Amino acid sequence: MQVLKNNWWKIAGILLLVYVITGGLLFDVPMIDLLHETIRNIYFHVGMWFGMIFILFAGLVFSIRYLLRNDPSDDMKAYAAVLVGLLFGALGLLTGMIWAKFTWGSFWVNDPKLNGAVVGVLTYLAYVVLRGSVDDRDKKARLAAVYNVFAFVLFFIFIMIIPRLASASIHPGLEGNPALVPGDLDPRMRKVFFPAIAGWFIMAWWLFSVLYRTMRIHQKIEDITENS
Amino acid sequence: MKTIVELNTLLRKELVLEWRRHSALSGVVLYLFSTVFLSYLAFDGRINLETWNALFWLILLFSAMNAIMKAFIQENERRHLFYYMMVSPATFINAKIIYNSALLIGLAIAGFVVFAAFMGNPVQSLSLFFINLITGMAGFSSILCLVSAIASRARNNFTLMAVLGFPLILPLLLVLIRVSGQTINGTSFSAIAPGFITTLLLTAIAVTLSNVLFPYIWKD
Repeated sequence: MQVLKNNWWKIAGILLLVYVITGGLLFDVPMIDLLHETIRNIYFHVGMWFGMIFILFAGLVFSIRYLLRNDPSDDMKAYAAVLVGLLFGALGLLTGMIWAKFTWGSFWVNDPKLNGAVVGVLTYLAYVVLRGSVDDRDKKARLAAVYNVFAFVLFFIFIMIIPRLASASIHPGLEGNPALVPGDLDPRMRKVFFPAIAGWFIMAWWLFSVLYRTMRIHQKIEDITENS
Repeated sequence: MKTIVELNTLLRKELVLEWRRHSALSGVVLYLFSTVFLSYLAFDGRINLETWNALFWLILLFSAMNAIMKAFIQENERRHLFYYMMVSPATFINAKIIYNSALLIGLAIAGFVVFAAFMGNPVQSLSLFFINLITGMAGFSSILCLVSAIASRARNNFTLMAVLGFPLILPLLLVLIRVSGQTINGTSFSAIAPGFITTLLLTAIAVTLSNVLFPYIWKD
């Protein structure tokens, strides 16, 4: 029972995603010009993008907490969150590219939103490189936390402002967040879309916690071998 | 009042130091000049307006990176320790940002003169072009100073500075290139206002964040 009590959210996450994958592929969707059946990608592409933002935001919170409390485990959590964010970002890009191929005709179009996504991925890859180039554990943690806060804020201003400034973008969502505005999404799709977001959030958090625990074990092994 | 005195002293210190080690600055100026001359030879006079604009900003970006990279590494660790005992970290980073803004603005204006001399000057709204140039350089400085501080703490070279800096500077660079393109074709202030405000906003946010974050990395 204890196992179930601690892990109910993982089971819920699995059930949600099973529902999203089957429902997303089988349920009725509105037929819109150009999009046709590809509209089903919204459950995956948008869901993963939201999942990335969610877990990167968690990383930001851990980084701020590290700067305030100097607890090394917060730094490790921030790192794990960024790695999961990169994974979700890569998946979001990939699903987006497939979608673009079938609606806009090519895998990549020169568009502020798409370029913004690449800048985000580059930023967080730079974060990983920064961690790799410092040896001292404490210093690494401090530099990485500072860079994470700086990068997160600048990046999010970028993806909030620039596309709206550009006045023309082939990617939807110029006026706000696509698919979240009431009336924007067909009711038939909402019953899959919202569970999809919840499912990807849970999946991101789960991956993050597994990664964090693995890192902690590696750290402990390293400490033991160093001391003996 | 104390802050202003400290800021003043720090700025004067930067200036004196720059003067004493003018080889560093002349290195950056020479870098700028050679890149311009190189692109003049490479393009062989066949250049359209968009390329002129993009090339100009790319050259400025790389020169700015080079100039700001030395902001934190040119003085040694012990000297930094001394500054940290004398002034507050926020004042220290602000002095760096102000000084490097001035440096970059000078560099950019010199860069424009040289660039225009070789590649021609197609800019129609010259005053707006310069407003964009000056605010843009202040923005470059405010973003890159903290990055330079991080890279120098990591005891790493140009590579880390470039890797950390490019993604952060890219949004600002895109705005600047767009506004600059508008001024080349001739425009009014109201047309470039959104881009101009974005530049100021990004600068303000970068300065605020630098003030908040620098205290955490200022000592080794």
